[in-house]
Amino acid sequence: MTGRILGISGPTVTVDLTGLKLYDMVRVGEAGLIGEVVRLERDRAVVQVYQDTRGLAVNEPARGMDAPLTVQLGPGLLSGMFDGLQRPLERIREESGPFISGGRELFPLDRDRSWRFIPAKREGEEVAPGEILGHVEEGPFRHPIFARHAGRLARLADGACTLGEALGAMADGREISAVESWPVRKARPYRKKLSPSAPLVTGQRVIDFLFPLARGGTAIFPGGFGTGKTILEQAIAKFVDVDLVVYVGCGERGNEMAELLEEFVSLADPWSGQPLMQRTIVVVNTSNMPVAAREASIYTAVTMAEYYRDMGFHVLLLADSISRWAEALREISSSLEEMPGEEGYPTYLSSRLAGFFERAGVVETLGGQIGSLSMILSVSPPGGDFTEPVTQACLRTAGAFYMLDTSLAHRRHFPAINWFQSYSLYEREMVGHFSERVAPGWGELHRRCRELLQREETLREVAEIVGVEGLQDADRLLMKVAERVRQEFLSQNAYTEDAFSPPEQTLERIAGIVELFDRAEARLKEGALLDEVLKES
Amino acid sequence: MRLSEHIYRTISSIRGPLLFADGILAVRIGEVVRIAYPDGTVSDGEVLKIDGGTVLIQVFGETRGLDLATPLVFTDAVKKAPLSAEIIGRVFNGSFLPLDGAPMFVPERWGPVTGMPLNPTARARPEEFIETGFSAIDGLNTLVKGQKLPIFSSAGLPAREMAAGILRNSRLAGGGEFAVVFVALGLTHHDYSFYMQVLAEMKSGFVAFINRAGEPVVERLLAPRFGLAVAEYLAFTRGMDVLVLVTDMTNYCDALREVSTAREELPGRRGYPGYMYSDLASIYERAGRIKGMAGSVTMLPVVTMPEDDITHPIPDLTGYITEGQIVLSRELHQREVFPPVDVLPSLSRLMQRGIGAGHTREDHRRVANLLYKHYAKGRDLRRLEAIVGRDGMIESDRLMLDFAEAFERELVNQGGARRDIDETLDTGIALLRRFSLETS
Repeated sequence: MTGRILGISGPTVTVDLTGLKLYDMVRVGEAGLIGEVVRLERDRAVVQVYQDTRGLAVNEPARGMDAPLTVQLGPGLLSGMFDGLQRPLERIREESGPFISGGRELFPLDRDRSWRFIPAKREGEEVAPGEILGHVEEGPFRHPIFARHAGRLARLADGACTLGEALGAMADGREISAVESWPVRKARPYRKKLSPSAPLVTGQRVIDFLFPLARGGTAIFPGGFGTGKTILEQAIAKFVDVDLVVYVGCGERGNEMAELLEEFVSLADPWSGQPLMQRTIVVVNTSNMPVAAREASIYTAVTMAEYYRDMGFHVLLLADSISRWAEALREISSSLEEMPGEEGYPTYLSSRLAGFFERAGVVETLGGQIGSLSMILSVSPPGGDFTEPVTQACLRTAGAFYMLDTSLAHRRHFPAINWFQSYSLYEREMVGHFSERVAPGWGELHRRCRELLQREETLREVAEIVGVEGLQDADRLLMKVAERVRQEFLSQNAYTEDAFSPPEQTLERIAGIVELFDRAEARLKEGALLDEVLKES
Repeated sequence: MRLSEHIYRTISSIRGPLLFADGILAVRIGEVVRIAYPDGTVSDGEVLKIDGGTVLIQVFGETRGLDLATPLVFTDAVKKAPLSAEIIGRVFNGSFLPLDGAPMFVPERWGPVTGMPLNPTARARPEEFIETGFSAIDGLNTLVKGQKLPIFSSAGLPAREMAAGILRNSRLAGGGEFAVVFVALGLTHHDYSFYMQVLAEMKSGFVAFINRAGEPVVERLLAPRFGLAVAEYLAFTRGMDVLVLVTDMTNYCDALREVSTAREELPGRRGYPGYMYSDLASIYERAGRIKGMAGSVTMLPVVTMPEDDITHPIPDLTGYITEGQIVLSRELHQREVFPPVDVLPSLSRLMQRGIGAGHTREDHRRVANLLYKHYAKGRDLRRLEAIVGRDGMIESDRLMLDFAEAFERELVNQGGARRDIDETLDTGIALLRRFSLETS
């Protein structure tokens, strides 16, 4: 299927190809830029191009690829860094220098790298789709290779193999490959979905204690600029208790990504002691990289995350930030001259977002294992205004909402999660879980802590009018204690040892403060003066 | 590649800075179109959109005086910037034509104007300290090489004097070869002569791109990109540390809005186009360092916040892309504090890596945190003071009020003097000591 370019407007190119399917991949121009069909008409098709169209001319050739946008899934994705189209950034750098020019095609996985394949089946055996043929060792993980067709095995490798060659063959002649292609916009199948029941420990006290998150759950944290979204995302990526992390830098800063990449290479995972990068896949499409690839980047990332989920791993997808994705959607929509919805965003924004969130969850895989895919997404509302469409669309589907507060950030209280506005729909179940697993007092302390903060807020309003001096001793004590809760418990410095707090330590800390409060309150009741009590504590 | 230039006289309509032409063959997106005016002058344009034979061209010069018979020359080339080491010391207009009377230099090579995105894996982490000589920046919102740190100003505030101070006083750790690229967008003659004098007095080399208030608006979209193409060349080919000062980005965004409206695009917030974030990013993200290469591009854009509103789309989107911001305060300016930097909303995201032993001084982080914490407390208490009055406050709170006042008067305020990092930190320590806050 070849044709010609008829028109070009920004990232959208009109071609005269016929016989295409919607969302098929198309290569346009002499440079062979990749694009996706977003609109079909009888004699022409509109293609959204993923690379810079500068220099593209009309009448240059266009070629239909007869397949939708796909990612390559196989051993070697871990510790990889890809752009929004799954092009390997390290190898692009090695081959074409520090700047990314369009065009050049590279296979995302390393075809020449040698892997050790340990077969679990033998030649001559009958296999069914989804059965494990064997596995390769990918860093600390056993990466299973599944059978894709039913039939009898004619040949299967044992020992060293590369992705460039077939792993074996079926009796009917079909080759067995360790690499699988999957269309990014289609969720990967599973046997059934389960409801989230185990907590996702992030190591951030305010999240784990006040607004706990579940494995397989979804969370968003919206915040204006300077509220610490990126630092919080990165702290979670470093310390979270999962097997694998897929980090998407979606339309964000290049320097921050450089910092993240450098840190991930040098740091160790606190749970396993292995280098952090070994459990991480990074997808990065910085703000100055093409907009359409930014739109695709979250789908590329979630497909890779699902691939590992299907092996029975617990995977966390972190995206920074989903607003940039929504803006990319808006830019594309407006270049297609679609009727805009609220603030220029297309009307399908919320359904697309909901569809994306739905790819999270705990599943029983086709192989009968339990895997989970959790999502934590940051949102960058313009002007820090949470009534804007992206935040609101996210709120309808996300399971937890961590509101980042500008005034907390100005006071250098980080993570700047507002404890009155934030919520977690997993709270009750997870608090129950922590009470069972960590300490029975967890639930009670959780209640006390919230009450303390609530009462402080009320008192603060009074104090603004009458001054702190005008408050009763018991109230002033409460304010002092609440201040400690805020400064010593809720805030956490991402640059020190304290950046990571396991649940036991979290509990110990809040228990200490609450205990101190009870003691001091008792002393006050006995008639002691506030200043004395405070000095003692 | 075409063998000759194609000339058409088929303009079908002219709308603001845009031309529509019909029946054009084999045209490229981004292709440079030369427009010969009836009065003999020549201006450049760029192809924005192609639909069959109909082409939309954005003109970088004035469209006044054009008629439908004006010839259009399609050059088959995408816009490139001429580059050479001889560029240092030169002054150009927004179309890269010399303004200083000297002839155009012979280019050593041509570079793409829009630049190409830097591969994130090739970026080196910015961590080398730049001493600006201002305590409010060096001490509390430290600038590092390869960072982009905008100055958020408001009408009537001395952003100009501050930018000039930074140009005059900046010193680099490690002391590589240093150059300034100055890009002026929509500058009044008054500001222009001020800046030119500052540049003339500077010891380090500079390159200037000047678009004045009366000059074509669309040129403002081009000038910063020329400036950055030159900066990238000087940094990554010549190994220099380049500081790019762009003033004023608000004029850039207004030019972007003007073109967008002429194209009848759907307006976003306050009429600015929906792609303004990506467009600004294509400018700001060109700051950085590259692994294994000498040189760096550091960017200091000046943004004037319309209506003093930090949530206005221009400062808002800028803040989302840049690595922090320096916010100027009208209140401090009225109290004659110079530079009037409000340190609470100001931020340098890359500061943590650029301070401490080996970069500035070992106690930098501790001193900065203490100063910040107590000043924030003092500022918080000012609201209380407004309600209950100073007499209604306890002694320790009154002390914090005094500290905040002294902090602004003695640390932030420094008049025209330059302070090195030791002086800045020592001033901070002396202040903390005087209020006995050194250890808390």
